[in-house]
Parts: sequence; C-alpha cells; structure tokens
Amino acid sequence: MEAIEKIKEQALAAVPGAQIEIINSTPAAVQPALLVDREHICGVAKFFKEDPRFQMDFCSCVTGVDYLKAGYIEVVYHLYSAALKHGLVVLKVRTPRELEQCRVPSLTPLWRGCEFQEREAFDLYGVKFDGHPDLRRILMWDEFTDHPMRKDYVPPADYEWEPTPHDETLERAREAAGIVPPSAIEEADKAKKK
Amino acid sequence: MTDEGLKSELQKSGIFVLPFEQLYNWGRKSSIWPLQFGLACCAIEMIASAASRYDLARFGAEVFRATPRQADLMIVAGTVTKKMAPQVVRLFNQMPEPKYVISMGACAISGGPFKDGYNVLKGIDRYIPVDVHIPGCPPRPEALIHAIMTLQRKIAGQQLGVEQRWYDKTATTEFPIPAFGEHDLQPPANPEIWQPPRNYKDVTIAEVLKKD
Repeated sequence: MEAIEKIKEQALAAVPGAQIEIINSTPAAVQPALLVDREHICGVAKFFKEDPRFQMDFCSCVTGVDYLKAGYIEVVYHLYSAALKHGLVVLKVRTPRELEQCRVPSLTPLWRGCEFQEREAFDLYGVKFDGHPDLRRILMWDEFTDHPMRKDYVPPADYEWEPTPHDETLERAREAAGIVPPSAIEEADKAKKK
Repeated sequence: MTDEGLKSELQKSGIFVLPFEQLYNWGRKSSIWPLQFGLACCAIEMIASAASRYDLARFGAEVFRATPRQADLMIVAGTVTKKMAPQVVRLFNQMPEPKYVISMGACAISGGPFKDGYNVLKGIDRYIPVDVHIPGCPPRPEALIHAIMTLQRKIAGQQLGVEQRWYDKTATTEFPIPAFGEHDLQPPANPEIWQPPRNYKDVTIAEVLKKD
C-alpha cells in the first residue's frame, strides 16, 4: 500500500468535493485513518471498491465509537482487498450523538457483508444507516429501548446483591440499598464537631 | 431387612436383598440423561467430559438427548444472556419430572466476569431451581464429573413419595418464563425460588469498610 497522503490524493481526485482528513485518533493506532464527510462517504467507498489500484472488495469491520465529550459518534470501516492482497484502509465518518441526527449512509449496497455489522452498530450505538435494507436490532431483543454501548447509557439498577463490590459497583450497590456512603458520614461528623 | 448376616449370606448365593427405594434410586442415578445444549465455552468442557478421555459413560450420563422431552438433567453450560434466559426456562419446563439442573461455570452461577454487563443474567438460579453449582471459568471436566457424582448422591438420598416436587400434585412444575422488558427481563428474578442471599440494608458500614 502507498502512503496515506497519496491514497488521500487519489481519493480526492476521484471524488471531487469530498472533504477528507488524515487522522490519528489514538496514539496506539498503527494505521492512520481517512475521515470522510457524510455526504461523500458513499462515493469515496465506491472509489476504493472499484478503482483498479485498490480493488477493496472486502469490508472486514464496521463499528461505532462514542466520543461523549466531543459530542459525536464515529463509524469506522476497515477495508481490505482479497484480489490484490493488500489493505488496510480505514474510513471514518462522524455524526452527531443526538438520536434523530445520528445518521450515516449505509455501505451495505457496496459490500453485502456490512449488513449485520451495520445492524450491530445501530443496535449498540443508535447510528441509523440510510439505505440499509433491513435495519433492525441484531444482538439485543426487539423490545429493548436504548443503545447500551453509548457512554451515557444507564443500565438497570439491579445491584441487589454483590459478593465483592468495589469502586463504582460498590457505590451503586450502596445506592441501590439506600446505604449512606462512609464519606458522607465522616462529613456529617465533622460538621457536628464544629 | 436389617439382618446384615442374612443379607450377606443371601448375597453369597447371588441373591441381593435391598429396599425397593434403593433399587429405584440406583437405577435413576445410574442413567442420568443430560439435555444436549451448550451456551458458551463451558460447553466445550462438557463435550470433553463426554468424550473418550474423561468418559462420562462410566457414570451412565453419556446419553445426551437432543430433546428436552427425553432428558433428566439440564447442564447450563455457559453464559446465560438475557436474550437466551427465557428459552432456557422454556426448555426446563418442557423436561419431564423428575428433573435436575447443574449450573456449570462462573457465568451460569452468578454472571461471572460479565455480571456488570447490560446483557448477562446474574445466574440462572434466578429462574430455575439449581441442584448443583460448579464454580470455575470454565470448570475442568473433572469438576463436571464431580458435580454429576454429587447429583447422584443427591438422587440416591431421595425418598420416594415424600417431599419431592414431582410427587406433590399441587406443586407447579412450570416455572414462569420471563418476558423481555425495555431494559431488563421482567421480572428480573422469580421470587419464589430465588432471594438475594443477604440484604444490603443489614450490612453495617463498618463491615463494608472492612471488606475494602
């Protein structure tokens, strides 16, 4: 594979108007990614699939990443070429976290293998994929009403008993049982002494 | 019957004298037919127990049945997700009495490492009565064999006609199947068979601090 800068130039030449940015989101990321805007992700993906230099015929991974503080959800696509035996090209798309606006064009029409993975991203992160043929929950049950992998998801308060509670679990177990945390008692004692 | 001398004399000539109950239980405990289903990695250990190296056939429990109608024993081998729990309870309901449950591995007995997860049941004993719990992640085949021997001892000790669920005409053998709720299973546990071991309200702050 060529350098990421060259790949970006080739994609820009093929898809005029696309906004592509090279990002190293984490220090641990071996492969820099191409951040593409939502409007042009389909075009850029199509370019990587059909261009004879890339022939990315295999989309191995689709996942969501929730950046709670920054306020967006990122959808990550990993592309490989089985024909040319090269890869990986990482494509990223960002979308607002709000459920109504959390939309990304589906790449299932390009790679059939994306279908279940996009359903998983929808199920766990609430990303709606426009153009997906069958966008339903895949892991959680149909009656489930939330998206559990979002950072602000609040799980049901079922801490009725924990054998070895610690840290956050201990706090939640105390809360569920209506136990006053020791720190609050200490503060109350201090206030009394004063 | 209590004359041990007469018993051993008869035994020498090939006549065995024993209470009917003992014979009946011997037959039951020596042919436990487990239900053939696995939920996660514990199932691999269960398969290993049934295969030649550990040879569950020595204990008469090698006939894994592919239908609950023919099974005596349910081995809950692996993580029970909240999505799977109703099906497990339904399978248990479909088994004929007398029936037994072995809860195999950390996940099946308590949720294990996934206990704090949004999708994992914190132990199958919340919905069905468990006879033997096996800790371990996953338990080795020896542990499963030990559990089956424990269950055999339990069966051998059971009295006919009294205090057993399947002799009681009024007792229910159908356990309520939990429904899918908006965030959790409804109800989250069957209060008739499961209560939290200890209420947190009874735990003093000093105890909690000591635990830390």
